[in-house]
Amino acid sequence: MKVLGISGSVRRESYNRRLLAAAAELLPPGVDFELWDGLKAVPPYDEDDDGDIAPAPVAELRAAIAGADAVLIATPEYNSSIPGALKNAIDWASRPIATNVLRNKPVAVIGASTGAFGAVWAQAELRKVLAATGARVVDVEVVVGHADERFDADGRLIGDELRTELVEAVGMLVAEAHPELAAAAA
Amino acid sequence: MSATTETRNSLPVGTWNVDPVHSQVGFAVEYVVGTFRGSFSPVDAKLEVGEDGRAVLTGKAPVTGVKVQDENLNTHLQSPDFFDAERTPEISFGSTDIRRDGDEIAIDGELTIRGLTQPVELRGTITDPADDPFGGVRFALKLETTVDRTKFGLNWNNPLPNGQPSLANEVELTADLFLVKE
Repeated sequence: MKVLGISGSVRRESYNRRLLAAAAELLPPGVDFELWDGLKAVPPYDEDDDGDIAPAPVAELRAAIAGADAVLIATPEYNSSIPGALKNAIDWASRPIATNVLRNKPVAVIGASTGAFGAVWAQAELRKVLAATGARVVDVEVVVGHADERFDADGRLIGDELRTELVEAVGMLVAEAHPELAAAAA
Repeated sequence: MSATTETRNSLPVGTWNVDPVHSQVGFAVEYVVGTFRGSFSPVDAKLEVGEDGRAVLTGKAPVTGVKVQDENLNTHLQSPDFFDAERTPEISFGSTDIRRDGDEIAIDGELTIRGLTQPVELRGTITDPADDPFGGVRFALKLETTVDRTKFGLNWNNPLPNGQPSLANEVELTADLFLVKE
């Protein structure tokens, strides 16, 4: 089984990318993790460009999602909502609506922000958007507030409680895609 | 006169299969400012009435057969947000008790949507069997009930600008069944 990780932040030192790396280490045995790092290259959605041949970064995104058993998205929060680049990528992935790669795909959303609220609104809105695409949105939330204080110098997540939340979240995502793998890890 | 009275309170004996061309199962739900309607097709249903008067009505419809007037909305209704066609491809009904009083009929049964089963009471009307132009015998059932969609795991909503939910939880279900003698 493979989980595809998508960070909603493209910044080199992104806390959300670190959060995904922490989540990758907590996946049950037998579950591979792949980070999709092409967000910055995805052009603005334009129906005129959404023909038989999609722009290369979009084709790569769609192929990455199609090739994964589940998707884990870590998002920051910009102006109380989803970062534009991430929303744009999901809009591309959601086309055409009836056969899009997110349809029935198990997806979980987690998030980190340097503020106190840990991207909680962005996560809620992202879950709504993903549900509208037809994804199988897992009912979890991992809220990492004050993200600048939650990772050590090696980029590892600090705090057993957060780690436990993350284990539960990725466990539920895996269970949605492959219940037998989650059961074996329990 | 006694024979007539008996007929008007019992169901026609035999096995009766649905005519899928003319039968329909529909839903109606309040959305934003008015009533939004859709349907499921094809409908598969059968009424079996024994000589002893015992009767069972069963029916089912594929979730992929949900019909509304927009392809994208069809797709959304089949997604995990609503009926989850991938994992629960069918809605189904099975009766537990049928009571007739003249033209009126009441049917208790169990309705299963999204893998969740809830008791329902269908109420409506029944016509008497008649010869049809195709060499068969048929009669009709017209049934309706109201269910709380959230009891079947259909929880989607989207708030209006005033904060109120845009989609009601109560959904009216209707069935117009043409039943043809086997």
